[in-house]
Amino acid sequence: MELCDLSAHELSRMLRRGDTSAREITQACLQRIDQVDGRPGSLEAGEITAEDRQRVHAFITVTAERALAQADAVDRKLAAGDDPGALAGIPVAIKDIFCVEGTPSTAASRILANFNAPYTATPVQRMEAAGAITLGKVNLDEFTFGSSSESSAFQPSPRNPWNPDHVPGGSSGGSTACVAAGEAPLSLGTDTAGSLRQPAAFCGVVGLKPTYGRVSRYGLIAFGSSLDCPGPVARDVTDTAMMMQVIAGVDPRDATTANVPTPDYLAELEKDIRGLRIGLSPDYFRISIPDPVSGEYIQRDLPAEMYGSVLRAANLLRSMGAEIIDDVPMPNTRYGIPAYFVVSRVEAASNLHRFDGVKYGHRTAQPMNDLRKLYRVSRNEGFGLQPKLRILMGMYVSAAQYSEQYYNRALKVRTLIRRDFDQVFDRSGKYRLDALLTPTTPTTAFQMGAVYGDSVMMQFADQLTVPANHAGVPGLSLPGGLDQEGLPIGIQLLGPDFSEDVLLRIGRAFERATADDDWRQVKPRVLR
Amino acid sequence: MTEYIDSATFDHLVSLAALELDAGQAEYLRRELNHQLDAIRELEAIPLPDELTITSHGVPYPPQTSQPPRADQVTPWAQPSAILDQAPQVDDDQIVVPDIPHTTLE
Repeated sequence: MELCDLSAHELSRMLRRGDTSAREITQACLQRIDQVDGRPGSLEAGEITAEDRQRVHAFITVTAERALAQADAVDRKLAAGDDPGALAGIPVAIKDIFCVEGTPSTAASRILANFNAPYTATPVQRMEAAGAITLGKVNLDEFTFGSSSESSAFQPSPRNPWNPDHVPGGSSGGSTACVAAGEAPLSLGTDTAGSLRQPAAFCGVVGLKPTYGRVSRYGLIAFGSSLDCPGPVARDVTDTAMMMQVIAGVDPRDATTANVPTPDYLAELEKDIRGLRIGLSPDYFRISIPDPVSGEYIQRDLPAEMYGSVLRAANLLRSMGAEIIDDVPMPNTRYGIPAYFVVSRVEAASNLHRFDGVKYGHRTAQPMNDLRKLYRVSRNEGFGLQPKLRILMGMYVSAAQYSEQYYNRALKVRTLIRRDFDQVFDRSGKYRLDALLTPTTPTTAFQMGAVYGDSVMMQFADQLTVPANHAGVPGLSLPGGLDQEGLPIGIQLLGPDFSEDVLLRIGRAFERATADDDWRQVKPRVLR
Repeated sequence: MTEYIDSATFDHLVSLAALELDAGQAEYLRRELNHQLDAIRELEAIPLPDELTITSHGVPYPPQTSQPPRADQVTPWAQPSAILDQAPQVDDDQIVVPDIPHTTLE
C-alpha cells in the first residue's frame, strides 16, 4: 500500500514516529494525481477523449510548489521538536468554492476564472495553521449548482473512481472523487442540499454536513446563505473527526457561527453505543418524484439494495447495544425538494448579483459605453446555464406578487420540516432519538449525461439529504456496501443540533462492525 | 406542462436579472423554469396552520449561543493592492467603469 492510500490518522502516527516525512506524503499524493487524475478542468477543454473518460479529473488547480513548501515547513518543525499541529503533514484538497489567498478561486465558473483570492477562508486557514498541506483546488458544479459536478465550466468534469462512466455526485464531486482515488486523504467540501453527503455516498467515502453554524462560512463563495455548510470528506470516520476538530468552532468573521463548545471528537469516537436510540423512518424509504408526463407526484419505494443496506446497518448497531426504533414519522420529508427549489433560488439570486464585471472576475472584452450593458454582457458571458436558471427562478418566486404563494410558503414548510426533527429528537418526547438512520441517496451513482440538463430530476437526487439543510441539523454519510454493479451505497445518520460527536461515534461503531466485510476490501476501478 | 412564465414575463425577468440571452438559452431556461414551477406546485397542497411562522434558518439563535454584534468600526485592509489587482480596470487606485447614459424620466 502506498502512502497516499493510508488514512490521515495513520499518516499522522507515522510522521510523528519518524517513519515518513511530510514531503514524502505530499509527493505520494502528487504522484497519484499524476497517475489517475488526467488533465485538469479547463475553460478550453475541447472534445472529451476516450482517455479522458478513464480519468478522475478531480482537480482544477494543483498547487504543487506551495504544497511542498508547506510540507518542508512541517518537516522542519518536527526536526526542531516543535508541535507541528493536529493535521501536520496531511494533504487536503479544497473544493474550489473556498477562497485561498494567492490561488485561483473559480467556483468552477467562467465569471471567476481569473479571480485570485486576496484572503483565505476560515476553515482552510485553520487547517493550514494546524499543519495541513493544501494540494490545490478541486472541481464542482458551477457555483455548487448541481448534483453531478457536470455543470462545471471547467471540463472535463470529475468522474467516479469506482466507474468513470458514472458521475461522482455533486456538487462536491471533485472532493469525494479525489479522496476515493487516493489523491488526498482529506478534502473540504460544502453541503447546501446534500452536496457533501450525496457525492460521498456515490464515491464510497465519508462526508459530514455539520450543524449550521458549527463551521465558519467566511471565505466560502455563497450559494444559499441559510443552508450552506462547509464540512469534511475523508475515507473513514476517524479522519472525519480529526478534520472536524480543526475546522469547527465559533468565528468572529461569521456572525452565524454558534458560540457552542466543540467536543473532543476523537475522544468520543471509540465509546460504545449501548443505549443510544436510533430511528428508522418509512418516510426515508420511499421517494416522491414528479411524473415526467403528467407532472403529478408519484411515490416509489427505494431500490431493495438501498433499503437492505440500511436495515443491515440497523441490525448491526442493534447487536452492538443500540436500541432501534421503527416507524418514526417524518411526514414532511417529501416537501424538502419543492421548498428547496424556492428557498435556495431566492438566496442564490441574491448572492449572484455581486458578480457584475466591475470589481473582480470576468468583464466582457467588448467595448462598452453603458454600465448597464456591461453588466448584462459580462454576466451573460460569465455565467453558465445553471446559475442563470437559479437567478431567474429566485427573482420570480420572490417577486412581490408571487412571494406569498412561493417564498413565504416555502419558509413555512421549512418550519414543518424542522418540527419533524424537533419532535423525534425531543428528550421528553415519544421517540427520544439520538439519531435517525436512513439511506443517503435514492440510487447509486447514475451515468454521466443520464440526468444532466433536466434540472428537476437532478434536484431530486438530494431528496433524502435536503431536509437536514432546511432544519440545520447535522448529517453523516458513510459507505454502507456496494450494489450489483459494484457502485458504492451510502447510509446516512441524522442527529439533533451539534450532535456531530454522537453521529461520528455511531459511524465508527458501524465501521468496526463491518471492518472485515468483503465489500470493504474492494478498491475503486481506477486503482485496480 | 403548464406555462407559468410566458415570453413577456420571461423577458422582464431576464432584464431584472441583468442578463442577455441568445434564443437557444432563452428557450431552455424558460422551459426549465416552467418545469420547476410544476414541481413546486406540490407546496400549494400542504395544509399550513394560520399560526405557523416562517423559518429563515433551521438552527435557533438563542442569546446564549449567539455572537455579540461586531464593533461598528472600520478596519483597514492590509493589502489593498491585492484587491485592486482583481479589478478588470483600474486607474490611480480607482476602479473604472463606463458611464450610465443619461435617461429622461417620463
